[in-house]
Amino acid sequence: MTHKSEINSSRRQFLNGSAIAAGLAIAPGVMLHQVAQAKPADQAVTSDKRWGMLIDTNKCSKGCDTCVRGCQTENGWGENETKSGPNQVAQWIRKVELRDTSTGFTKSLPLMCQHCEHPPCVDVCPTGASFKRADGIVLVDKHICIGCRYCMMACPYKARSFIHEDLQDQLPVAPRGKGTVESCTLCVHRVDKDGENAIPACAEACNAEGHEAFVFGDLKNPNSRISQELAKHGGTQIRADLGLNVGIRYRGI
Amino acid sequence: MKANVHFREVLNNGTGYYGLSALLGAIVLIGLGAAYFMEHNGHFVTGMNNEIVWGMPHVFAVFLIVAASGALNVASIGSVFGKSQYKPLAPLSGLLAIALLAGGLAVLVLDLGHPDRLIVAMTYYNFKSIFAWNVMLYTGFMAVVVVYLWMMMERKMNKYTKPAGFFAFIWRLALTTGTGSIFGFIVAREAYDAAIMAPMFVIMSFSFGLAAYILVLMASFEWTERELGDKILYRLKNLLGIFVGAVLYFVLAYHLTNLYAAEHHSVERFILLDGGIYTKLFWIGQILIGGLIPLAMLYHPTLGKSRAVIGWACALVILGGMAQMYVIIIGGQAFPLVLFPGMEVSSSFADGIVASYTPKLPEYLLGIGGVAIALLLVTIAVKVLRFLPESLADAIVDPHTASDAKGTAKKAA
Repeated sequence: MTHKSEINSSRRQFLNGSAIAAGLAIAPGVMLHQVAQAKPADQAVTSDKRWGMLIDTNKCSKGCDTCVRGCQTENGWGENETKSGPNQVAQWIRKVELRDTSTGFTKSLPLMCQHCEHPPCVDVCPTGASFKRADGIVLVDKHICIGCRYCMMACPYKARSFIHEDLQDQLPVAPRGKGTVESCTLCVHRVDKDGENAIPACAEACNAEGHEAFVFGDLKNPNSRISQELAKHGGTQIRADLGLNVGIRYRGI
Repeated sequence: MKANVHFREVLNNGTGYYGLSALLGAIVLIGLGAAYFMEHNGHFVTGMNNEIVWGMPHVFAVFLIVAASGALNVASIGSVFGKSQYKPLAPLSGLLAIALLAGGLAVLVLDLGHPDRLIVAMTYYNFKSIFAWNVMLYTGFMAVVVVYLWMMMERKMNKYTKPAGFFAFIWRLALTTGTGSIFGFIVAREAYDAAIMAPMFVIMSFSFGLAAYILVLMASFEWTERELGDKILYRLKNLLGIFVGAVLYFVLAYHLTNLYAAEHHSVERFILLDGGIYTKLFWIGQILIGGLIPLAMLYHPTLGKSRAVIGWACALVILGGMAQMYVIIIGGQAFPLVLFPGMEVSSSFADGIVASYTPKLPEYLLGIGGVAIALLLVTIAVKVLRFLPESLADAIVDPHTASDAKGTAKKAA
């Protein structure tokens, strides 16, 4: 039985040493964590840029669906919904054929989420899963989408699809998931990686075939190619009357 | 001399009561099974698709929710508008409101792509969304009506019935306005995007809710052998006639206004003329079966006094109401979005064409399951608590005019 007044110095030394060793072990981690937080890739997106696309429909032809197939390959849709009916399979982008009934004039154009500045889908989403990033890209947060489909009702462009079955082999860049809603993401994974040099899969596929109908870029940068082309040739919004100020503009309609 | 209205629980222990409960319970279980089937496999097992995103379950759910807020009207007439003959009807009215809402919400939630994320819907709110407001209006309504019922049913709280009733009345108007605004706030669709949707839904709730109430009242009194006097029943059926007429008026105003604008001609033509099933449901279901025929039945000088005719008229109002919901919800989605006015449009994603929709069995089962949930809740509640008056004989309801042409005042059962 040790007297309480006797201090066990070897025990104290052991505890001191352990504490110092533990502190030394953790300290580099703390330092590195602080350094890591300073990395720009973790920074939030800002509204300095607004991503958009200009599509020259004069370069689109009826029956060509290169852009659609490019998007399918990149984002992993179009092949893996085997149980859904033809009206239930998802379509992120589609080709629309127009014919003026009074003149007979025809036109072909690709239609996808228009990434509106005032998106009706964002307004109506009860949980806020449908949201617009500061840089203008409209997305669905797959963690909080409850699958109510109100955004699909509200979208003037019928841009959104609902996933009607379990999916296998989803791509990491595009988590889909049964029971949630999805639409064109403007290849946000590419935008976040390459910034101004990014090109969405639809545009890349179109360029690869030599049609060059798409121009992607920063609408807020007056020197970007898209801003220059818009200034020179103009660009129409589909359903401009709704006042949504969309990010996807078209030439030739 | 004021006749006291006594309330009594349902005391029958016969096979009738348990048979009804078992039947309703079975239908509820089947509905839950259908919901599980839909959730487990995914919505490909339904007829809903990327064009018709809301289908048969939503027709049932919205109908039940609209009827729920209307069912509370009967209590409001007593508490808020001071008509004392309606006061004995108030507890059942509150109960039916809660039950119908529970049934409607169950269907709505079980149809979600992710019903497991209900807690997300209750914790993440986008306050610009009318849906988010509705989540609060619907759940709040339950609480408000429970408090209202408490004020009504506990003697020493009776002095608070009037303010509680007033609060409940305002709340249900907000709730139904919110439900109509789900459609009224959608700018993209030709058939929606109209301010009249909200008040039209309020008027529809008056009509459907009262029809449901009268049917439940008649059935519960008949099956528990309680007396339902003519006086109160005729008051209710005349009121129903007014509401049915009011709905027809709102429908008329909505369509006449649309017909005046060239922009809306194509969707009006679709609903009123060449929309196939939607046109049939509009004219035969909504207008004829849901409007004109019940009006004639309810106001006919001799037929309108028959219990069977009144019951059938209520049933027709409900059928017509379902048809109206189908035309609004499904028809509004089936009509194509007009992205390029004046152009013929085609694509691989059903652009430019009327979308097709055939409801499949799980959707019907889920919707009917919701109705069964509502009725089962009423069935259980009237046995457990004193929602039903012992008697609604003429003498009890309106003692001042107890001596009628038949002579003797009827005794309480």
